[in-house]
Amino acid sequence: MMEELLLSIPYVDLLPEWLVLTMANVILIVLIVLPVILHVAYLTFAERKIIGFMQIRVGPNRVGPRGWLQPIADVIKLLLKEIVIPSNANKFLFLIAPMLALIPALVAWAVIPFTDTWQLTNIDASLLFVLALTSIGVYGIIIAGWASNSKYALLGAMRSAAQMVAYEIAMGFALVGVLMAANSLNLNEIVTRQSGGVLDWYIWPLLPLFFVYFISGVAETNRAPFDIAEGESEIVAGFHVEYSGITFGLFFLAEYANMILISTLTALMFLGGWLPPFDIPLLNMVPGFAWLWLKVALFLFFYLWLRATFPRYRYDQIMRLGWKVLIPVTLVWIGIVGVAQQTQWGYLFH
Amino acid sequence: MTFTHALFYLFGGILLFAAAMVVTIRHPVKSALFLVLAFFSAACLWVMMEAEFLGIALVLVYVGAVMVLFLFVVMMLDVDLAKMREGFGEYLPMGGIVAVLLVLEMVIVLSSDMFSPQNMPVPLEHAADYSNTHALGMLIYTAYVYPFEIAAVILLVAIVAAITLTLRARRKHIKYQNPSEQIKVRREDRVRLVQMKSEKRS
Repeated sequence: MMEELLLSIPYVDLLPEWLVLTMANVILIVLIVLPVILHVAYLTFAERKIIGFMQIRVGPNRVGPRGWLQPIADVIKLLLKEIVIPSNANKFLFLIAPMLALIPALVAWAVIPFTDTWQLTNIDASLLFVLALTSIGVYGIIIAGWASNSKYALLGAMRSAAQMVAYEIAMGFALVGVLMAANSLNLNEIVTRQSGGVLDWYIWPLLPLFFVYFISGVAETNRAPFDIAEGESEIVAGFHVEYSGITFGLFFLAEYANMILISTLTALMFLGGWLPPFDIPLLNMVPGFAWLWLKVALFLFFYLWLRATFPRYRYDQIMRLGWKVLIPVTLVWIGIVGVAQQTQWGYLFH
Repeated sequence: MTFTHALFYLFGGILLFAAAMVVTIRHPVKSALFLVLAFFSAACLWVMMEAEFLGIALVLVYVGAVMVLFLFVVMMLDVDLAKMREGFGEYLPMGGIVAVLLVLEMVIVLSSDMFSPQNMPVPLEHAADYSNTHALGMLIYTAYVYPFEIAAVILLVAIVAAITLTLRARRKHIKYQNPSEQIKVRREDRVRLVQMKSEKRS
């Protein structure tokens, strides 16, 4: 689509084909990544405002009208600050770690369908692709913790690694349920299968898997109440204790981009993505992207709500929840879905 | 040379470099990180061979889970590099013989007619709608269903064996928490309000 648009500009059709193709893709990538980064900026603002509201205080209100320019000020502050590299740290790994955290969080958007036609690439195993990419995001944290040459950072990295391995399994099993129901690994097709109305969304037949997926998603993004990798009260700031300026900013960006990614995936797999809640003409007129945006915003609100409500889990409690509660729940529900699909109750898990 | 050729040599070059670094670099953590890079380049090569399911699964399983555990253990090790270098001369003759033998065997096997380019079939290029995931699923659950299931059972046995080997009997002096008991606690179990007369001023 973008390629034809480019070719309609005069003189562009004189360029070699591969150049036009690359240009078209780069424009599309910018069109996806820039809004994601803008959403990250205003998600931090929304977080401070919403948590402020929940704790009966005002939140940031100094920069710009009602504080709306606060995220811009934060970015400028982070860009201008000095980057301090600790002595005896491994400089190369220390500087590459924030990038390793951010890149998977952004690459995963390549396969996310925003509506049935707005998608950068529609690959067949997109669900697996996203799962693989979210799982390599942990390297940024582990390498940061090790390369910082600091006890607190190393402790944070160790905690993060153990947590990631535990919750990855629960997350993968929850996705197995989704792919059994949808009969496909393609995100676009998973959403299309849920068309019909609110009762056709996978949240109802796969309710336990939905809870497991979202809880593991919160754990994978290291957000409260699973933020032991940071744990301000016991290990200062965990893996990013030695990071300053924009290197810290990149970790921050990666964390929030991952939050938006997990919320989008939950909306796509369990809440019918861009589909309206009722299949009536009035709601069908609303562009599909608006529905997806609303559903993602709902899950992002849950993230903030959780942070304002729950105290941090202890390490052993996290391990118990992951291994002894979430994984058995998913295993049982996968068995139920499998048995139902082979018998007359298969229509429940279509 | 097309673009795919260039990509193949790029990924292949990175893979060879990373694999060589895994065995030559001194520091175990860096060695493990190079292994991650090697796995990742191998996955890229597999994706280029239209085996995208296997490529992504390699990243998911080995890079995303196995190597994280590896790094977890390796980072905890306190490695004394000087001590590791001590026995180098002692092991050199034995290791050298093994290495030379390995190289010789590889040369004999790979230079035979079996692996000559003429005898290799040119891989088919599939259309864009070909789904490697579907093809693999069909094969695993029809033609190879028994080997697949047996491999799964063997892995399960290995898991059970590993757990039994590391499981220690509960020692008496360690206190375990029982979360359901903790949740059941009500205020009356922990706090007792006592009525008492106020003390006289002395």
